[in-house]
Amino acid sequence: MNLEPVGKIIDKHQCKRTALISILHDIQDRYHHLPKEALKKVASRLQMDPNDIYGVATFYKSFSLIPKGKHSITLCLGTACHVRGGQNILRELTKCLGIGPGQTTKDKQFSLNAVNCLGVCAIGPVMLVDGKFYGEMNPVKTKRMMEKLDTNRSGVRS
Amino acid sequence: MRKIKSASDLERWKEDILTKQKKHEMVLSVCGGTACHAYGCKEVRDRFAKVIQKIGGRHKIRLMFTGCRGFCEKGPIVTIQPQGIFYQKVQEKDVPLILSETIEKGKVLEHLLYEDGVTKQKVTSEKDIPFYQAQRRLVLGSNGRIEPTKIEDYVEMGGYQALAKVLFKMNPDQIIDEIKVSKLRGRGGAGFPTGLKWESCRNIPGDIKYVICNCDEGDPGAYMDRSLLEGNPHSILEGMIIGAFAMGANQGFIYVRHEYPLACRNAEVAITQARKAGFLGKNILGSGFDFDVEIAKGGGAFICGESTALIASIEGRPGEPRSKQIHTVEQGLWGKPTSINNVETWANVPLIIQKGSQWFSSIGTEKSKGTKIFSLVGKVKNTGLVEVPMGMTLKEIIFDIGGGPQNGKKIKAVQTGGPSGGCIPASLFNLPVDYDSLTQVGSMMGSGGMIVMDEGTCMVDVAKYFVHFLEEESCGKCLPCREGLKRMGEILDGITEGKGNEETLSLLEELATVVADTSLCGLGKTAPNPVISALRYFRQEFEEHLYQKRCPAAVCPSLIRYSISESDCTGCGACKKVCPTQAIEGEKKQNHRILSELCSKCGSCKEVCKANAVIVL
Repeated sequence: MNLEPVGKIIDKHQCKRTALISILHDIQDRYHHLPKEALKKVASRLQMDPNDIYGVATFYKSFSLIPKGKHSITLCLGTACHVRGGQNILRELTKCLGIGPGQTTKDKQFSLNAVNCLGVCAIGPVMLVDGKFYGEMNPVKTKRMMEKLDTNRSGVRS
Repeated sequence: MRKIKSASDLERWKEDILTKQKKHEMVLSVCGGTACHAYGCKEVRDRFAKVIQKIGGRHKIRLMFTGCRGFCEKGPIVTIQPQGIFYQKVQEKDVPLILSETIEKGKVLEHLLYEDGVTKQKVTSEKDIPFYQAQRRLVLGSNGRIEPTKIEDYVEMGGYQALAKVLFKMNPDQIIDEIKVSKLRGRGGAGFPTGLKWESCRNIPGDIKYVICNCDEGDPGAYMDRSLLEGNPHSILEGMIIGAFAMGANQGFIYVRHEYPLACRNAEVAITQARKAGFLGKNILGSGFDFDVEIAKGGGAFICGESTALIASIEGRPGEPRSKQIHTVEQGLWGKPTSINNVETWANVPLIIQKGSQWFSSIGTEKSKGTKIFSLVGKVKNTGLVEVPMGMTLKEIIFDIGGGPQNGKKIKAVQTGGPSGGCIPASLFNLPVDYDSLTQVGSMMGSGGMIVMDEGTCMVDVAKYFVHFLEEESCGKCLPCREGLKRMGEILDGITEGKGNEETLSLLEELATVVADTSLCGLGKTAPNPVISALRYFRQEFEEHLYQKRCPAAVCPSLIRYSISESDCTGCGACKKVCPTQAIEGEKKQNHRILSELCSKCGSCKEVCKANAVIVL
């Protein structure tokens, strides 16, 4: 595994321990997960025990030790989205993708995540697909969106 | 960018910016809040930029991409000054028309105006829209007037003047006195007096102290802090620098959820600009005071909003809280005195310094001063961010500003305080909103989420939702929270499936008391609140689930069944078309039927049926 980007990420954050979470975020953005070798490198550069790094990587929900899909689908299940039927969207997504929250499709194309609030409450239920927000979702809209995804597995076109 | 080395330098900079801005005959602002982004505001802005350049109007017209303006439901929002025209739901295709009609000919486009829900009249100006009329947008108001990534806009509005005032005309004790007299209380939820917190932090001996801005806005259904940090990051920085000067801190951190990428980005830009301009760094404005700010990102853990967990997270550890016998103002980040304040609290500080504590304390109620921003969301017509003086009644907020219920359904409750708060029934809507009144009725102010619920919301389901939320977010350090919430969740799961007996509710209440009494940190201590308040005001709904095996709000899947009334069905086929599971059969103009074995009970058919033929049994 080419760990050069990891070194650059650590340099960017000036090797600071306070930046550990930011460093892990950047590594995850680069590799779509936190590779073991990368974590070892972070530990040695930050002069921390690898166990402590592992503790942080597994405590925070944003991190994943297994590779994530190329495209990420994040569903908000905050209170505002919940009272407007967020669970129905989750049911539909699970059905369409064949995976549950926190899982990745076998072809490594899509990861489904359910989070507690994306902070776009006024237009809930909200879904975030590859960094773009989609508001006022309902099961039908979700199904149509997933159909588009399926025929064109390179992302969603709205 | 020029480096500002004194108070008079700052004054001159402001004058220069004002002279430059006067050249613009017109200001066109496109709201760039996250909700507007979802509706395509970026495309609208880009199109405007292109068209303005084409007509060579760049010198006359200023195009602004502002932070969130609050009326998120009507986005993308475009305003035109000095005419004061407010356009809503603007799409990219509307841009040429706005240019040719409104900007060139001064004609107002009726179809883009807001329509009053009651009078059905079109409203041209923002200030005449009922949603804005009853608000007092002291903190949030600037969002629509500045571009968050342009420090010049903030300075033009009088930004960093409060900083110059404290550095050259006040000493730390005077600043703390001013904040104490203003009676500003923490906007993050608990409502601790900010001045007292600062005073304790100042009085602890030590050379190294820290200030932290808590933007780990984890409460689901709340997004005020996000909008403030995204839309006006300099106001928060200015507040932090003032606080740091008063307490003797030289380093600050802004802790932001990583789910808020735009807030992170705008805060980073603001910090870089403030450093270049001399508001951060060594010898700020030539006063001899040094202070700098860094951004620390969260990792998706709700518990990190708790002060000791937040500190652990900045230190690069798992966000587990510790016992608070020793407060963070004594031993905080790396064991040093630390003052953690919420985003909205910091944003209030420059206002108080500039306008005075007397002015600030003239707004609000006896014990709760100033304004509070709420995220008014859920089953209400006008959703968005509202800023109102403390003491306004729930009724005014939900009905006058929020416009009342959606789709004619009856509003039955409002949830405040997030997972630590509770549901307040409609019968108590005359309650003035302040820290103490909300606590009295079993809820709390919290950070400002206000989720409206109508007769289609099941209160048992809401209680279950919060318990599962907290069960998942519990860090697992102490047993009552880790195990107690799990068991409470199991009981509530059972109730929503109609399982349980006479003892179920008392067992649930007993568990709730134990969890509240014996948990280590605030998360566990307040975790049972949503259940306790739901049982207090909506016990009947719990009993209906248990004894009659029915969910009156028609939400809990195990207890409901969808059906189509033969006498009402017109055979239009709308339901068949939308059903995601193909569970509806029937020929055009013939009666339709739901196949219950395929039905996922999502309610899509009920929503589209114009004849109201879909019934829930």
